Formats: sequence, structure tokens, C-alpha cells
Amino acid sequence: MSKTLFEKVWEAHVVDTIEDGPQILYIDKHLIHEVTSPQAFQELEKRNIPVFRPEEIVATADHNTPTVDQHLPVKDELSRKQLAQLSENCKKNNIKLYELGHKYNGIVHVIAPELGITQPGMTIVCGDSHTSTHGAFGSIAFGIGTSQVTQVFASQCLLLTKPKSMRIKVNGTLKNGVLPKDVILYIISKLGTNVGTGYFCEYAGKVFENMSMEGRMTVCNMSIEMGARGGMIAPDQTTFEYIKGKKFAPKAEKWKSSLEYWKTLPSDKDAIFDKEFIFDAEDIDPMITFGTNPGMSIKVGQKIPDKKDASFEKSLKYMNFQKGEAMAGKPINYVFIGSCTNSRIEDFRVVAHYVKGKQKAKNVTAWLVPGSRQVENQIEKEGLKDIFQMAGFELRQPGCSACLAMNDDKIPEDEYCVSTSNRNFEGRQGQGSRTILASPLVAAAAAIEGKIVDITKQLN
Amino acid sequence: MEKFITLNSRAIPLDIENVDTDQIIPARFLKTTSREGFGKNLFRDWRCDKNGSEQSDFVLNDKRYSGSVLIAGDNFGCGSSREHAAWALSDYGFKAIVSSFFADIFKGNALNNGLLPVQVSPDFLKKIMKLISEKPATLVRVDLDSQTISIENSKLKESFEIDTYKKTCMINGYDDIDFLLSKKDKIEHFENQRKLPHVNG
Repeated sequence: MSKTLFEKVWEAHVVDTIEDGPQILYIDKHLIHEVTSPQAFQELEKRNIPVFRPEEIVATADHNTPTVDQHLPVKDELSRKQLAQLSENCKKNNIKLYELGHKYNGIVHVIAPELGITQPGMTIVCGDSHTSTHGAFGSIAFGIGTSQVTQVFASQCLLLTKPKSMRIKVNGTLKNGVLPKDVILYIISKLGTNVGTGYFCEYAGKVFENMSMEGRMTVCNMSIEMGARGGMIAPDQTTFEYIKGKKFAPKAEKWKSSLEYWKTLPSDKDAIFDKEFIFDAEDIDPMITFGTNPGMSIKVGQKIPDKKDASFEKSLKYMNFQKGEAMAGKPINYVFIGSCTNSRIEDFRVVAHYVKGKQKAKNVTAWLVPGSRQVENQIEKEGLKDIFQMAGFELRQPGCSACLAMNDDKIPEDEYCVSTSNRNFEGRQGQGSRTILASPLVAAAAAIEGKIVDITKQLN
Repeated sequence: MEKFITLNSRAIPLDIENVDTDQIIPARFLKTTSREGFGKNLFRDWRCDKNGSEQSDFVLNDKRYSGSVLIAGDNFGCGSSREHAAWALSDYGFKAIVSSFFADIFKGNALNNGLLPVQVSPDFLKKIMKLISEKPATLVRVDLDSQTISIENSKLKESFEIDTYKKTCMINGYDDIDFLLSKKDKIEHFENQRKLPHVNG
């Protein structure tokens, strides 16, 4: 029988099926960080349960870390304690930790792929909803709560009801200046923030086939913003080339047998999906959000739509925007380029290419936060750091930073921030802050002009 | 985990859609390493202004409403996977959340903490939201055994779905860990028999 990519990977991990109930799914890799793991370790200790497979767990410190002076002790006491707790828990349980300052430290969804930990056909979980990122490699990857983190610690398994499958095809070729971030914002604007709830979503079609691994990660990363637990893209030559030679990638004979297996994973030609949507690349422009959920976006040159709906109006009120207004021309004071969505080297190349020889607007604070130490080093190696400095941008140290503003990187109340992150929820980037989601290119242009720019006018 | 069988309570109407977990518990309160004490910061930025003073127009601050049932708009609990959201709602005193749609991860987290997500039809939600808003003393009855939700002194009654396994867990106060540990042999057998090239090394 024909199977989807999702079905093939899922079925290869089913340990047992409970009658009238969920299935026991085996987890290959468990990624953890400081915020959603301490209570899980505590629960294990309370119940005297050992960590079952510590060698399959990888830990990093990212959510709550400062992005300056990382060589110094963390100033905030609560953050320091939480980070110390992670180090202690990892040491006690023989778990590999890339702590602050380690050459492989960084955002969990950036480091696992760049180290070759993420591979096709795997099941990967993490106590973070953007774990969907890893699906870009053709793995089943999804975010879990802390109770589930405890379950994976105890048994390397989860009890799950098999999600349904959906497929989103984008055919054609993207226009100049349209980035993977625009593709996923466009999809969510068309389908809404809960179309994917209960589903795993496969992205297919020429646009994704032609996309780089980093672009595919950006797309899969935001699957959760349309409600889907995970996104997936069939592994292909692009995937294999990205993985080859990475630190934890299979080597020699193992590489050959892995490759052979990975090539069997793509969805069979006549595989059936529970639902399917098809879009045309020609219709996608650089996008921008105007509201307080990632579904509220428009083409950057468009006007805010008119919709009579209490939640819609509440959202506009929070943003202090009016129906019918153009987004282009709106003044902004902050730009944040970073997060597990857009903090990889290609993102910084896009920004550097655009800002080279230009100056940021005087009123704008522009933060660039690399996703990992490796990305940070690459920025320096390629000479991008100088370009950023000349343009007046502030290159900080790796971490989740202003995406969720757990550390000191907060946007002040009532201020607008054009952000390459994934959520424009009320107060997400700091109490009372207003987030406008966009691609690295649209964000870079906003930093230079001090306002939202209809980038399409510069491109054509 | 606390057992859940039936609940008879007044309810609090939160007529907002797409309530995300950043609103339920903002990230700045996630720095603690324990799972207690999140209730005081539940919906913090809707309950209080930046100086910490209560916002009188927010429903949790409206003295007319009380109870352990939260009636919320569509797509409740979207966004971050933080289980702190479920902990905060429980710690505040909620035992059931009623909505026409729940985000996946939140729903799982709630069930793992004895907090019952009751998914009703959009029409039913609209009716009870209006009724509770207008008559705050109305009692809501949630019966897990018969999987029904009904409203006192009215004909409003609807059944809701819940996974049979999860229902058993809720009624008995079990959690998944005990169950998974009882399957250790099967899990080890699975590990030994799988021959995928990319695992075991």
C-alpha cells in the first residue's frame, strides 16, 4: 500500500498499540533546554526513576541566556539558578550538554541540525513547540510538554494518538526577494492558525524542492503557528549534502546504508493525504504581519484588511493600527534578526548583502542574534561582522533572545519591532511590545529606513 | 495526579479567541525550576497593568464571576509548548476549560495534569458564553463518566469526546509514566530488533 513520508517514519517507531487508545512511539533523539526540563528531572527524582537512555539526549542552554558578556557569570539570579540546575541535572544523569560558552552552544533547533544530530527518518522531540524545525530533514519532530519530557526520560517513548496527514504544495518558482519566511507566512495567512491542529504537514512541490536546507527549516519551524504539531519535507540530495560530513553524521559504511534507507522515505506517488492545499509561487510576495497572531499577515505592499470580528479588532487595538491603513511607511524603532526561525548563516548573508554600504536609521536599535556559536564564527569568517558594524547593527551572542524576551533582550512597551522570529503574540517580546513578523530582508530594509518598506518596489 | 469525576461549578467567561500560552503565562515567569506557584501570574498582562494594578475590565478581576470552569474562545492554548500554562490554570483553581477548539500540545499538557479540556460545538460555546456572562451564578456540570456538559436550569447539554485511555487516567488519577514503565520489556525488545542503519551508534 502506498504510504506518506510521515506514515513510513511513524510506523517504523511504533512499539505497541493500545486497544482503543494511543500508540507507544519510540523516540530517537530527545533535545532538552533549561526552561522545560527542570520539573521533569524533579519528578524522576521524586519517583526514583533513572533516565533510561541518557546517550540519546542532547542538552543546550538557550532560552534564558544573556546575549552579551557570556564569559561572565549570568547577572540575573533566577536565570543563573535555572542554568546551574540544567548543568547539575545533565552531570548527574550523564547527558551531553552544550552549555553557555561551549563552542557548540546555541538555540536547540539550530545546533542539532548543524551538528548532524538531526537526520531523516528519526523521531525527535523537545520541550519546545518549534521542534517542528527538524522535520525539514524528513524526520518526525515535535514539541512536547514537561510531563512528556519526563516520560521520554523514563522510557524513551511517548503515548500518542497518530496524527492525520496533510500536504501543502507550492508549485512554480519564487519571485526575486521572496524568502522561505514569506512562503510560510503566506501559507498561514491563507489557511489560518489552526488548520493544522491534529495533523502533520508535508510541504511538497517545486518551491520546497529548490529550497536550501536552511530555508526548509524556516518553513517547518513555523508549522506549529498553523496548529500542526510538525512539518516535514522529503529528504533529497539537498538534505544528504547538508548532513554529509557533519560531526554526528553517519560515516563510511554507515553513511552508505543510511543513505540507502533515507532514499526510501519520500511519500509514494499515489499516497493519500487527509487534506491537501495547493498554492502558486507567483502569488507570493514579501509578507508582513499587522496583528497579534502569525496568521494576520499581508503582502508588504497591501493595506490592513477590514474584518468585523471582536478578536480581530482587539488585535488591531493592541497594535494601534487601523483597518485600511498601508503597512509600508509605518515607523518602527526596533529590528530583531534572530530566533530558531531565522538565525542561520543564510539569513545573515541576506541581511549583510542588503545593508552593505548603508546605514541604519538613527532611531532604530538593530539586534542581530546568531542561532549558535558556529553561526557567530561563520559571520566573522565571512567578513559580515564588519558590514554589520559599519551599518550600525549590533551583533550579539547566540540565544533565543528577544524572540520570547526571557532574558534582558526586551522591546519596551508600545514600541514596534520588526522581527524575524515566529510569534507576534501580545507582549511576546516584552510587556506591551508590538511585534511585526517579517523575513530577514524586509527586517533589514526596515532597519535602514526606520519604517516598514515595500521592498518589492526596490526589487523590480 | 488528582482524580476527575464530576464537577459542579460556576464558570468564568473569557470571550477571546486564539488565547495563546504566552498570555496564559508570560515567558518572564518561566525562570523557576519548580512547578508550583504559577497561578498568581496567570493571564498576568491582562489582569494587571505594567505597574501591577488590577485591570478592572478583565474578567478574572470581575467579582461577579468565579468558579473552577473557564469558558474560552476558539483555539485555546495555541503557541508555545510550555506546560507552565496548564500548571498556572490548575494552580489558580481551574479544573476544566471549555472551548470550541484546543491547540494540540496544550490539550495534552492539560490532560497530563488533571485539567479537563472540554471541546464543545461553536454554537454551544456561543450560547453558554452569553448565558454565563449574563447570569454569573449559573452552575455548569461536567460529567466525565458520561462525557457530558450541561447547564443548570436550562436545556443546554452536549456530549464531548475524550480518548478512552486518557479518560481512564483522569478518572483514576493515573499518569502515562506508570503505564510506560510497565511496558519496559516491550520497549527493550523494540530496541533490540530494529535494524535501522542510523540508530544504535
